[in-house]
Amino acid sequence: MVLAFYPADFSPVCGDQMALYNEMLNEFQELEAELVGLSVDGASCHAAFAKQNKLHFPLLADFEPKGAVARSYGVYDEKEGTCGRALFVIDRDGIIRWSYVSPIGVNPGANGILSALEDLKAKSETANAAK
Amino acid sequence: MTKSLTLPDTERDHVSGFAKGAIKLLEYGDYECPFCADAQPIVKEIQRRLGDDLLFAFRHFPLINIHPHSEHAAEAAEAAGAQENFWGMHDLLFENQSALEDADLVAYAGELSLDKTRLIREVTSSVYALRIREDFKAGVRGGVNGTPTFFINGERYDGPRDVGHFLEALSKQTVER
Repeated sequence: MVLAFYPADFSPVCGDQMALYNEMLNEFQELEAELVGLSVDGASCHAAFAKQNKLHFPLLADFEPKGAVARSYGVYDEKEGTCGRALFVIDRDGIIRWSYVSPIGVNPGANGILSALEDLKAKSETANAAK
Repeated sequence: MTKSLTLPDTERDHVSGFAKGAIKLLEYGDYECPFCADAQPIVKEIQRRLGDDLLFAFRHFPLINIHPHSEHAAEAAEAAGAQENFWGMHDLLFENQSALEDADLVAYAGELSLDKTRLIREVTSSVYALRIREDFKAGVRGGVNGTPTFFINGERYDGPRDVGHFLEALSKQTVER
C-alpha cells in the first residue's frame, strides 16, 4: 500500500503529483501495491478534484477530526492546517517499510516509491523462496 | 530501453543539434501540456543562440488521463519520425495544441508531405505505444515529476523557464567543463 499525503486539492503542484501517480497505477499494480491519496480536504472537494483529473485511485478525506490521520503519521503541518507532502509504503502486515517527507512545494515524483516497492517485492520473494 | 534516464541517448532518442555539443538538454514533455507549449519557443531560441554547442533531445511524457489527446499526438510524432520528420511534426503539434484530434494529425502529416495513410494506421494501431511508455518510465525513474521537465547535462533544471535563466544555467555548464 502506498499512502500519499498531500497538502490540498487544486493546487498546481498537487495536481501534478496526483496526475503523475494516476498514470502509474499499472506499475504500482505490477509491484502489488495499491495507491491511496490523503489530504484534509472534504469528500465533495475530493470528488470534484478526482473528476477533473480523472483519477482512478481513491482519495481519503482526513477531514473530521481534521488531520487526525496525518497527525498519527507525524506529518500534520499545524501552522498551515494541512497535511505535509509525505509518502509511506506499508507492507501486508501493516508495517511502514519506507517513508519520505518532501518540502511542501516540491513534487517528489515516483522514483522513490518504485524503488521501495521493488525492494519490498524482492525481499518478500526471497523470504518465500526460503520457506 | 534508453542508456541514461537524464542524458540524451543519440542512438535512440530524437535529437536535434550537434551530437558532440558540450551542452546536452533533454526535455520530457507532453504535446497537450500548456506549459510544454509555452516552453517550446524558449527551447527554439536557446537552440538558435547556442548553435553547435547544444544537443537537444525530446522524450514523451504524456499524462493521458488529464490530456486525452497526448498519447495519439506522441504516436503521431513517432510515426512522423519513422518517415524521417519527427521534428516537423513535433513543432506542428506544439504550435497547434488546441487541435490534436486524429483528423488534425492526418492534416499535419499532409502539411509535412508524409504518407498520411501510413501515419494514421500506425497511430491508431499503437505501433509506438511501447516506446512512448519506455520514455515515460525512464522519466519517472530519472525524477520527472511533471511536464515539462528539463535536464541539463543530466541534472534536473528546476529554475524559471525563460530564455535568460535557461541560458545562465546552460552557460554555467560550458564554463565548468
